[in-house]
Amino acid sequence: MGEAPTIAAISTSLGAGAIGIVRLSGAAAISICDKVFRGKLPLAEAGSHTIHLGTIFDTTSGEIVDEVLVSVMRAPATYTREDIVEVNCHGNAVAQQKVLSLFLDHGAQLATPGEFTRRAFLNGRIDLAQAESVARIVSAKTEAGLKMAVSQLEGVLSREIASIRSSILRVLATFEAGIDFSDEDVDEIDASDAGKQLRQLRDRIDELIETALTGRVLSEGVLTAIVGKPNVGKSSLLNSLVMRERAIVTEIPGTTRDTIEEIISVGGIPLKLTDTAGLRPANDEVEKLGVERSRQAIREADLILCLFDGSQREDDHDRALMTSVPADRTIYVINKCDLFRGRPPVFNQGLLPSRPVVISAMTRQGLRILKEKVADKVLGRSFPSPQSPVVTQERHRRLLADASEAIGRAEQGLRVRLGEELIAEELRLALNSLGEITGETFMEDLLDVIFQEFCIGK
Amino acid sequence: MPGFDVIVVGGGHAGCEAALAAARMGCSTLLLTLSLEKIALMPCNPAIGGVGKGQLTREIDALGGEQGRNTDRSFIQMKMLNTGKGPAVQALRAQADKKLYEDNMKRALVREPNLQILEGTVAALNVSRETIEGLTLTDGSFIPARSVVLACGTFMRGKIVVGDQIFPAGRMGEPPAIELSASLTHEGLELSRFQSATPPRIDARSINPDRMKVEPGDLDPELFSISSKPDNRRQIPCYLTNTTARTHEVVRNHLHLSPIKTGSVSSKGPRYCPSIDRKVINFPDRDRHPIFVEPEGRDTTEMYLQGLTTSLPVWVQEKVIRTVPGLENSRLMRPGYAVEYDYVIPDQLTLSLETKALKRLFLAGQINGTSGYEEAAAQGLVAGINAALGVQGHEPMILRRDEAYIGVLIDDLVTKGVDEPYRMFTSRAEYRLLLRHDNAHSRLAETGNRLGLVSDATLAEVFSHRQRIHALLATLKNTRLQPSERLNGALKSRGSATIREDQAAWQLLKRPELHLEDLKPFIAILSNQADGTIKNAEIELKYSGYIARQQEEIDRCASLEDTPIPPDFSFFDLEGITIEAREKLSRIRPSSLGQASRIAGVSPADISVLSIFLRAFR
Ligand SMILES: Cc1cc2nc3c(=O)[nH]c(=O)nc-3n(C[C@H](O)[C@H](O)[C@H](O)COP(=O)(O)OP(=O)(O)OC[C@H]3O[C@@H](n4cnc5c(N)ncnc54)[C@H](O)[C@@H]3O)c2cc1C
Ligand SMILES: Nc1nc2c(ncn2[C@@H]2O[C@H](COP(=O)(O)OP(=O)(O)O)[C@@H](O)[C@H]2O)c(=O)[nH]1
Repeated sequence: MGEAPTIAAISTSLGAGAIGIVRLSGAAAISICDKVFRGKLPLAEAGSHTIHLGTIFDTTSGEIVDEVLVSVMRAPATYTREDIVEVNCHGNAVAQQKVLSLFLDHGAQLATPGEFTRRAFLNGRIDLAQAESVARIVSAKTEAGLKMAVSQLEGVLSREIASIRSSILRVLATFEAGIDFSDEDVDEIDASDAGKQLRQLRDRIDELIETALTGRVLSEGVLTAIVGKPNVGKSSLLNSLVMRERAIVTEIPGTTRDTIEEIISVGGIPLKLTDTAGLRPANDEVEKLGVERSRQAIREADLILCLFDGSQREDDHDRALMTSVPADRTIYVINKCDLFRGRPPVFNQGLLPSRPVVISAMTRQGLRILKEKVADKVLGRSFPSPQSPVVTQERHRRLLADASEAIGRAEQGLRVRLGEELIAEELRLALNSLGEITGETFMEDLLDVIFQEFCIGK
Repeated sequence: MPGFDVIVVGGGHAGCEAALAAARMGCSTLLLTLSLEKIALMPCNPAIGGVGKGQLTREIDALGGEQGRNTDRSFIQMKMLNTGKGPAVQALRAQADKKLYEDNMKRALVREPNLQILEGTVAALNVSRETIEGLTLTDGSFIPARSVVLACGTFMRGKIVVGDQIFPAGRMGEPPAIELSASLTHEGLELSRFQSATPPRIDARSINPDRMKVEPGDLDPELFSISSKPDNRRQIPCYLTNTTARTHEVVRNHLHLSPIKTGSVSSKGPRYCPSIDRKVINFPDRDRHPIFVEPEGRDTTEMYLQGLTTSLPVWVQEKVIRTVPGLENSRLMRPGYAVEYDYVIPDQLTLSLETKALKRLFLAGQINGTSGYEEAAAQGLVAGINAALGVQGHEPMILRRDEAYIGVLIDDLVTKGVDEPYRMFTSRAEYRLLLRHDNAHSRLAETGNRLGLVSDATLAEVFSHRQRIHALLATLKNTRLQPSERLNGALKSRGSATIREDQAAWQLLKRPELHLEDLKPFIAILSNQADGTIKNAEIELKYSGYIARQQEEIDRCASLEDTPIPPDFSFFDLEGITIEAREKLSRIRPSSLGQASRIAGVSPADISVLSIFLRAFR
């Protein structure tokens, strides 16, 4: 096995306003940094876990890039179990970029996303579950997401799954005992009782699956689509939410053809905003593409902001839109309220399935209420307490869904009096799926349960 | 004495299979055992088969072993178990005539031209450069061997306990093997101790059958071996009775004399075979436990009391027995007892049952921490085959977990070790729906034939049976049934929904309540099929969805199973995995990633790291 190269990267800052850190990890970390660092003494002579003030300079021009604090941490007591050097830059992103590129010039390789964690994992510093959670923390974009990642690290989810597993195991044990010890005094299975237990277990799993949305939302952002016919003010709303001129605002209908993504934070919840082309019969190829995209955006969105121009009478397009968005995921918004007072004069808001929020994207009137409504809608009742388990990974969600389906088939099997070995088979599948999340295997536990619960033995 | 290709130590169930297999594969073979009068003796219940175990016996037969055939020759009762459940968990169980079983097995042994039999006691292994060279007997004589199979059962430092009586013995009335343990330890093998116990036997002339339920065998019984002809011999019934509150009271009043309490038996016994003492302690709320009263042979009146295992003092045993309905006046013929013995911790073996420490030394049977005749015979067969293959310079035969219960058994032993005497359960087999009693030959006869243990004629029979099943299934796939009054009447009588439009027969048969037999009048091809073909086709059909899923799972795991780990791979250098996993891996030295993944304490994370390093290693 060759020695792993030394890697460098600007590390993702967790909170806004944190100092940018350029990090090196690997056997050559200290010597690479020494080539561009000027301090009281060379870092090669620095002890482990010490901090040094100095400057980073450009070796070709000789110019000073930034004044920095450098931490030296020597293997193995480090995150990756390799030598690590962290350069805390004072300056802006440009300075950080410059420091990084100097490191790369002097022999470091650019780290791929998550590579520090991968090394920590490969070098035995952390286990897989921890690695997955750390990956979450690193990528968590908001504080709420962060807390959740941490509590997952502590295993709230694992505990809930373990508890579900052991209940399934007990049901399975009744079937297995009946199979392997049929000539002994094992009680007959009460199918309706077993069915009831399975139904409850499936409900518990389904509840976990439902948290997956919240989990993903908190760590990746609520996929939010802004829809409406051209010129109702979609780009303007996006801009005023983002507070930056991002999407191009034009007077010509249909020019916002591409979906543009922006992430904003509303009450600690990240919204991943997409501004889409208006839903309108397409009259050219580009437009058609855009319309198709907005249909897709509606299908995929967790939240839809459905926008209307309150200064005008609703038309067929508006009415088509009202019926094509799913009401449960939609907030109806009436824009351009700066053009009228009180209720919109000609727009019939009685056609909407729920009370709309009235705003002006231009004057920002009503934006606060809109944001509150967004927070309500997304998290409202379902905001998880840090103690409740939340599924944050797609892999886990899929395994839970597999388990739920298998239990469903077992229930069904009980109803049609399927062979016990087949019902057991489904329960084993469910256990395996859950076990893949927590890393447990069930054979030994099963025999333990059988021998505890049943008087087996001749 | 001249040397042998293979010496098998122990004429028990493991030893007999090992010796027969090696001899039949052309090796000059010696079977060495303590007493020629006690070959293939059944110290506990003379029953072969049962759920899980019966599958093992079928597999032994499919590979050309002797246990199935010998049981068919010797049974006094035969019964298919779990007939109310699906075919994957049905299994045969035979009550054997104990003496006949021994005689028949001895006959099979002495008929084998390559096999010599010798009475004697092995005292030590002779080893040179980590390879076995032969054995030394207690009389000091040395017999050279190129390969050795140890199948010493419960004899190594065996100790019997009955109440306050404690004495060295291998089984009741037989001396233990004392020296061998020390020799094994000397060669670096780690031993531990287990215990096992057997219930008292009573005189059939002293029981009252009227107070018990008669448990007859099957009419037209199925048999274990493919080579056995249908047999309608007269069967002897068993009887079912139960313990009473009074039984439990007597036991409770004498618990202070039980080895559990006196501590004279301290090692672990099987949880699935608790003594009546243990049952009374663990399940105080139950006022009855079933007792099966089972005959031990045609020419004896001994009856075995299944469910009354105990090593209480003999006088207490008599008292306990007489509280049981039907046994009020019974006379004790042999007391129950417990035996404690050394076994070799089986994670010191490879999947071929060869020890990792000593080349060409194989271990099989209870010496590996198992219990039961079927488990012993299965290992004996594998060890005998692999000893022969080794001597002949071939790769060992290793059965996978998806191929046979035997594969599950050995993989479990070697990979997980044991913490109680190991017995087979169907729940141990994750591919239980594939590893069935009915398809054992179809799974394994080819392997048996390649080894020279299964004849070409038998293999041809297996093939043609399989072909008939496949042909029938293919036809059924293309058969559609028209709704008719007669058909709907038949459906109704089975409690099944009627049909209005024509339906694929295949689809209809997926309904759990319907059987091929029910559709015989409506599907022409069924009328000229053998019962066996119909039955097996139905199993394949009903299980097809599940089998496909298990097959997918097998394919998914194949990449792990097929990734070998080089024997010299050093697990201690693996920085990325936990210390516990490193220690476990170093001890067990798995031969594939698949095996590694089943070691307790090795997590999926450890496996992914291991796979990364293996790639780098290559
Ligand atoms: C008291 C008792 C209770 C049992 N209870 C149960 C039970 O409840 N359930 C169950 O499934 N199983 C039970 N068994 C176990 C079952 O009998 C064994 O698992 C099975 O017989 C093991 O087969 P084997 O071939 O490994 O060993 P055995 O059948 O024990 O054969 C060992 C053979 O090795 C020979 N031998 C030993 N040492 C030497 C030596 N040094 N030199 C030469 N020959 C030697 C012996 O003579 C003997 O022939 C019980 C066994 C006993 C003794
Ligand atoms: N008076 C007024 N004009 C607005 C408001 N929001 C958008 N507009 C104007 O409406 C026109 C179309 O806006 P734009 O955001 O491009 O609409 P889009 O096609 O839906 O993205 C622009 O001229 C905007 O200046 C608003 O709240 N009040």
